[in-house]
Amino acid sequence: MVPVSYYLILSAVLFLTGAVGFMIRRNAIIMLMSIELMLNGANLSFVAFARQFGMSDGHIYVFIAITIAAAEAAIGLALVILLFRNRGTVNIDEVKTLRW
Amino acid sequence: MELFFFFFFALVAVGSGIAMIVQRNPIYSVLLLIMVMVSLAGLFLMLNAQFVAIIQIVVYAGAIMVLFLFVVMLLNLSREEGGAFRIQKPVAGVLAVLLLVPIGTMISSTVLPDTYTQIGESPLGLGEVEQIGSLLFTRYLLPAEIAAVLLLIAIVGAVVLTRKGVIVSRD
Repeated sequence: MVPVSYYLILSAVLFLTGAVGFMIRRNAIIMLMSIELMLNGANLSFVAFARQFGMSDGHIYVFIAITIAAAEAAIGLALVILLFRNRGTVNIDEVKTLRW
Repeated sequence: MELFFFFFFALVAVGSGIAMIVQRNPIYSVLLLIMVMVSLAGLFLMLNAQFVAIIQIVVYAGAIMVLFLFVVMLLNLSREEGGAFRIQKPVAGVLAVLLLVPIGTMISSTVLPDTYTQIGESPLGLGEVEQIGSLLFTRYLLPAEIAAVLLLIAIVGAVVLTRKGVIVSRD
């Protein structure tokens, strides 16, 4: 018997892990993958609540969220490829043209 | 028994997540994220979400992560060196732990009715394909159609962004 709050705390931990990864990494692809990790944490929260209230609406939200994540990953990776083609690097620290 | 499975999948997910964000080799990071998604699919199965678990493995781990792998191999990214600005790493960790404390307190202190999940007992038809299909075509028809248009926009956008050459308008 697993309480639903355990799933929610795991969802929060996954989300925060993705957020920390987004903050500390400088590689654009790793940052995109940290965003995917955050989305997965939120999906777990949706499914846990769907189980708790007995409604499949949470599964629909996860389905749509996975679709949106696919579209966003495609566009994000296209932009990363374009960045690499123009600058030769995917390190976001090296693509600044501002003075400071 | 369910507790053992939950902690097994949870530890694999959190461990792979933390390993993913500290890993220097980008291919290892992609493979670790795939491991996170597969363990999450196991958790979905424990929550009576059969359709979502299979969709997670087939679409998320099987298509989106493979796309990431293609891009990493296309750009031929090698193992990267340690980043500058060393102060950011411990500050980010401290902020994350600081944010986890109120979230954990709020989650644990909320009293939810019928809070225990058990494998094998669930309301009628929860998470089964028939129920998801019927919801998708009645109550959530608009989000489904908008998701289709969104995918079309993503496909056209990806192709337009990455093609070489200049669009010349002919008068």
